[in-house]
Amino acid sequence: MPKFLKRLVVAVVIGLALFALNMAMSKQGLFGVGIDYYKVDLIKMAGINIILAVSLNLINGFTGQFSIGHVGFMAVGAYSSAYLTVYCTQGLEEKLASMMGANAAAIIVFVLVILAGALAAAIAGLLVGIPTLRLRGDYLAIATLGFAEIIRILITNINKVGAATGFRGCVDSVTGVTCPDASMGRLTIPAYTNFMWIGTFAVITIVVIYNIVKSDTGRALISIREDELAAQAMGVNTTRFKVTAFVISAAFAGIAGALYGHWRLPHPADFTFVRSFEIIIMIVLGGMGSITGSILGAVVITILPEYLRSNPYEVVLLLTLIPIVAILLRVVGRDRLPKALRAGLGYYAFVLVAYALLFVIARLVLINVLSLDIQLQRVIGDISNYRLVIYSALLIGMMLTRPQGVFGGREFGFSWLKRAQRRPEGDEPSGATAGVSIAERDDPTSDPGKDLENR
Amino acid sequence: MDTFVQQLINGLNVGAIYALIALGYTMVYGILRLINFAHGDIYMVGAFAGYGLAYFIAAKLGLAGPSWAGLLIVLVGAMIVAALVGMAVERFAYRPVRKYSRMTTLITAIGVSLLIENLFVARYGGQGRGFPQLLQDDTYRLFGNAAISKSQILIFVVSIALMLLLQWIIYKTKVGTAMRAVSFNLNSAKLMGINTNLIITFTFALGSALAAAAGVLTAQYSPTIDPLMGITTGLKAFVAAVLGGIGNIPGAVLGGLLIGVAETMVVGYGANVGIASTYRDAVAFAILILVLLLRPSGLLGSTVQEKV
Repeated sequence: MPKFLKRLVVAVVIGLALFALNMAMSKQGLFGVGIDYYKVDLIKMAGINIILAVSLNLINGFTGQFSIGHVGFMAVGAYSSAYLTVYCTQGLEEKLASMMGANAAAIIVFVLVILAGALAAAIAGLLVGIPTLRLRGDYLAIATLGFAEIIRILITNINKVGAATGFRGCVDSVTGVTCPDASMGRLTIPAYTNFMWIGTFAVITIVVIYNIVKSDTGRALISIREDELAAQAMGVNTTRFKVTAFVISAAFAGIAGALYGHWRLPHPADFTFVRSFEIIIMIVLGGMGSITGSILGAVVITILPEYLRSNPYEVVLLLTLIPIVAILLRVVGRDRLPKALRAGLGYYAFVLVAYALLFVIARLVLINVLSLDIQLQRVIGDISNYRLVIYSALLIGMMLTRPQGVFGGREFGFSWLKRAQRRPEGDEPSGATAGVSIAERDDPTSDPGKDLENR
Repeated sequence: MDTFVQQLINGLNVGAIYALIALGYTMVYGILRLINFAHGDIYMVGAFAGYGLAYFIAAKLGLAGPSWAGLLIVLVGAMIVAALVGMAVERFAYRPVRKYSRMTTLITAIGVSLLIENLFVARYGGQGRGFPQLLQDDTYRLFGNAAISKSQILIFVVSIALMLLLQWIIYKTKVGTAMRAVSFNLNSAKLMGINTNLIITFTFALGSALAAAAGVLTAQYSPTIDPLMGITTGLKAFVAAVLGGIGNIPGAVLGGLLIGVAETMVVGYGANVGIASTYRDAVAFAILILVLLLRPSGLLGSTVQEKV
């Protein structure tokens, strides 16, 4: 099949999948299958986090510049786009609506507003990037943090966007009270953002960042990460490439912000540096310099706290079992397994089944027999209060045991499935682990940050 | 003039607190090149430890109400508790990741910070609680309308005493010499027979104790404490350390005082030049960015030549 046809098919499939998901999330549902409101919110948040994480990975993972101010650009995107929606686009939308109907008009206006938000964030990225990217390592990290905080405090002081109370709609700039009527602007920010928008932009972000990384620009960025001085010596204009990466990354954060701003009303408290940390945790968890890793990290970090709320014991058990299973497999050794389970798909199936079995047994013993949950509840009270404690403990545990993240610098693909089947028996190194065996298969590359440190 | 003196006193007061916390940041950075994001939370732990101790001595020792003995017990006790927490954090979180990249250690620090905050929120709730009064507070008129309260004097006296003590430890004792050696070059210090792990743990204990003192003093002066009180204060103290030149001990004190004064001056006089007092929190960050752009090594820091 020619390449472009293959790509077309992939694009159509992704588009249809997004559309089907969107249908399932709507009130009618897809063929009677619906997703409840609470889960819809989580999926939408995961989509926005994917945009943020993948775009931040371009800077932190691929270029090796440690920025912890990503949320500042998200705030710029959210507020500038919401500002335009509230104060500037009402007339345009009405005019377009009379020409082509209300739906099409809203779509056109929203696209324009999102692009404007991206542009504003990109300009902010340029302004922040040019002076700060001269700094290295920790200093760059702190400077970006400082800029993000300043952006947030500035927003908190602008009456026209609702100041500290959050931006809900038209506000009188002098008195800071809500407009009495719609003559000055819209009274509420319309909730344009549905899953289709978030999904589409998440796919666009992934494709664009992936292509940048694979292009010669991406090679230049990676060379900066590996050794900035050497890259410079090879004729790479490091400052220009760093600023370019920073601006692109900021623009996508702006898109994420614009989507967020037209879904949940933007509020300064949503854009504190804690949120930046969260995005960093996502890319670190998945693996710096791995796009699929960032996607995984974004999804897991969005959903994990919610699952910790409803099933705290199961989540903790599932995660603690990963190293235990890995050790058990190493102890048993692959040679002692029956032939069918020694390699390929059989092995993966064996690991999964063993893992699931252990989980069921451990859960039965700990909760049903020893009733650990009730005893724990007696000591510390409701465990769901502790979900963020567990979450941060998991982060520290991850850093202690696997600092390069789940995928390291590699990408997750399905090629390992084919390879696994072709591979002759006994060829594989023993002791691959349950959760991470895919990643460990390839040659280990060094932790991207390590080279910076050694200099 | 009166208002100026008043603002200056308040500013130096806030600044002394920032300085005490900044010392911990700067010492740890000097030795490990690690931004200890959890340091602000150690300050909070100190305040909470003081809170617990104050109630403990009121119930068990009958030291309810303001008294000097109670204040001393609470202050020293909180410092000891925080020092232990700081040592535990170093031993169980930072030491295992020390061999990894700086990115990893930084994220571990963020994780520890989140862990401490969330643990306290889960255990004690997110809302603020009143700190018991340990000092019969009086206000002294200086001249004109400028006044200083007993708590403020306490902050000055205790922080100056602690800084002098720190100066003495670092420059006059054997441990201090070892600390300086480790911060100069960790590997060479190790080759000279210094137990670097012990020195690093000691540094964390020292910095945490200072932060705890700051926590108790702040809680005594403005008597509400909450589990998230360390976030902003910690960040500003860190900015103070950068302003003075990170890794430089007198620099941390100078930076802390400057940031404190700058902040209160913006609150006091900013309105005259069109800066609302709500920009108070932005001052530290604006200073931070100016410093990083104009003189990244800080006011008192020396520029480090980069080796290729």
